[in-house]
Amino acid sequence: MRLLELENVNSYYGKIHALKGISLTVEEGEIVCLIGGNGAGKTTTLRSISGLLHPREGTVRLMGKDITKMAPNLVHKEGLGLVPEGRGIFPRLTVLENLEMGAYIVKDRAVIERGIEHAFALFPRLKERSSQKGGTLSGGEQQMLATARGLMSNPRILLMDEPSMGLAPVLVDQIFDVIKELNAGGTTILLVEQNALMALGIAHRAYVLQTGKIVLSGLAKDVARDENVKKAYLGI
Amino acid sequence: MSGLLRRNSGSEALREILLPLGRMGVFVVGAGAVFSAIMLVLALLCRGSGADKLLVDSQGINIVTYTLVNLPQVLIDGVTLGFVYAAIALGYTMVYGVLEFINFAHSEIFAIGAFAGVEFLIGMDRLGVLKAAGPMGSYMYLVLALVVSMVASGGIAMLVERTAYRPLRNSPKLVPLISAIGVSFALQDIIRLVESLTTGQFYRVMPTFGDFDKRLPLFSIKTGQDSTLVDIQIKSIVVIGAAVLMLVGLNYIVNATRIGKAIRSVAQDRNTAALMGIGVNAIISFTFLIGGALGGAAGLLYALKFTRIDPFVGFMPGIKAFTAAVLGGIGNLTGALLGGIILGMLESFAGAYLGTFTMGAFGSEYKDIIAFLVLIIFIIFRPSGLLGEQVSQKA
Repeated sequence: MRLLELENVNSYYGKIHALKGISLTVEEGEIVCLIGGNGAGKTTTLRSISGLLHPREGTVRLMGKDITKMAPNLVHKEGLGLVPEGRGIFPRLTVLENLEMGAYIVKDRAVIERGIEHAFALFPRLKERSSQKGGTLSGGEQQMLATARGLMSNPRILLMDEPSMGLAPVLVDQIFDVIKELNAGGTTILLVEQNALMALGIAHRAYVLQTGKIVLSGLAKDVARDENVKKAYLGI
Repeated sequence: MSGLLRRNSGSEALREILLPLGRMGVFVVGAGAVFSAIMLVLALLCRGSGADKLLVDSQGINIVTYTLVNLPQVLIDGVTLGFVYAAIALGYTMVYGVLEFINFAHSEIFAIGAFAGVEFLIGMDRLGVLKAAGPMGSYMYLVLALVVSMVASGGIAMLVERTAYRPLRNSPKLVPLISAIGVSFALQDIIRLVESLTTGQFYRVMPTFGDFDKRLPLFSIKTGQDSTLVDIQIKSIVVIGAAVLMLVGLNYIVNATRIGKAIRSVAQDRNTAALMGIGVNAIISFTFLIGGALGGAAGLLYALKFTRIDPFVGFMPGIKAFTAAVLGGIGNLTGALLGGIILGMLESFAGAYLGTFTMGAFGSEYKDIIAFLVLIIFIIFRPSGLLGEQVSQKA
């Protein structure tokens, strides 16, 4: 099933034309990655999907429903989870409270509890830190918390913005393992990454963004073999 | 492992009630002790001074005895005033926490609460039910008046946010600030207009009813042949009691409920909160509702204590409560409580002793200056306040 579909999306920051006709799709069960350099429009694409930025033209559909002009809190209720750029941890809420906020739209306490147990099983470190304030966690722990929080509402699709940013290589491996694990468990993932090598390693399909346009798309392994991609993003 | 949340929320609920009560106790006792000690040291230093001689001549007691005899009454008055300031300061600090902007119209929200409650009581008085009410009845009418104040102020605060602040939310920070000052003037004059048109005058007097003016004697202090009676007005007890209840209630809402966590999330990171499915506008409206309701209740308590109100009644308490919020660390709820109590004490001490210690050169009318001196000193030397945030603002 087609979970997410962007059709000719054009987004602006004031007068700056940031996305110039982006079209992409994510099928259920896939990991799709979006790679590109600084300022290519990766985060803008995620903002345009999640409702933080409303595209001026084009449509965004989630499970066939038009969500182009929806407010972010309503988009979230449609089943879209986001692990935002810079992690977006609430610094003065405890780890447990951060997780609870991830399940804000869930009314059933039992479901929330199961979600927290699941999060602690996925990241045992978070359990140790559960009563600590979010702002006191290390970068890696914050990334774990952001990922776990994004899963708390059981989203149909999880958007992840630069999960490897600022992390030590061993932690990057760990986060990517978790992404693979989540996907194996049935979560559909749209992954935005600067670390193109790692992202292409776990993704099924990939899109390459350059100055607001998609310049290449296809199976991840094909994209990884592309000469231009190799030169520009893989450093091979 | 299972029951993780439920176990927490059970003991958490009790903790969130006892903790603020304990904090209030510590703040009141702590501030009282510190100010008393400073005052006594000053009194000891002033022995043999002109002020001392004047007191011995006129009242037959030295300055140290004078200070000690007056101390209990000054402390009681300070605590009463402090809790009123704290209740208003919470409105400033909550809105600042969520929007990072000072709602300068909050002092008029306070005035609206005072007028709504007092008008309600005047109406009841005209119907004759107020005088007829027994002791329990008078408390019931006071509670009803408090509800009227809270509904009126909370409602107007929400309306002001919706019409005057929300459209400007993405403008530079100075713009909503100017809008707030404009709203402040507008509300003052609206109160004045409505009151002059309907009643022909623009000040109102709280009707006397019940036994709120009665003084409960606590104890008396003997100094030679004379004795000084220390007493507390029933309305002071009512003011303190009502304020404590509201502060504990607010603390509970903010710290232990789902909507309270949503408020804190919006305050810390509005975009991420929206991504978690939180309706940011609804949460901001709710923040204005409870901040306004607290301010309105404080308005009625103020009217109960000081009896006469006019459309400009909010200005002084409002700006002092703002000082209290800055003093405690703006954006911090516990800080607003601490700031309110300290400022109330400071003002009460200044009002009681300034005249005597300066032999009348500075009378108690100079007590207002103290509050603003505190504001200036804190803005210059410690803008984050006494309890400024420990953890970084953004993760």
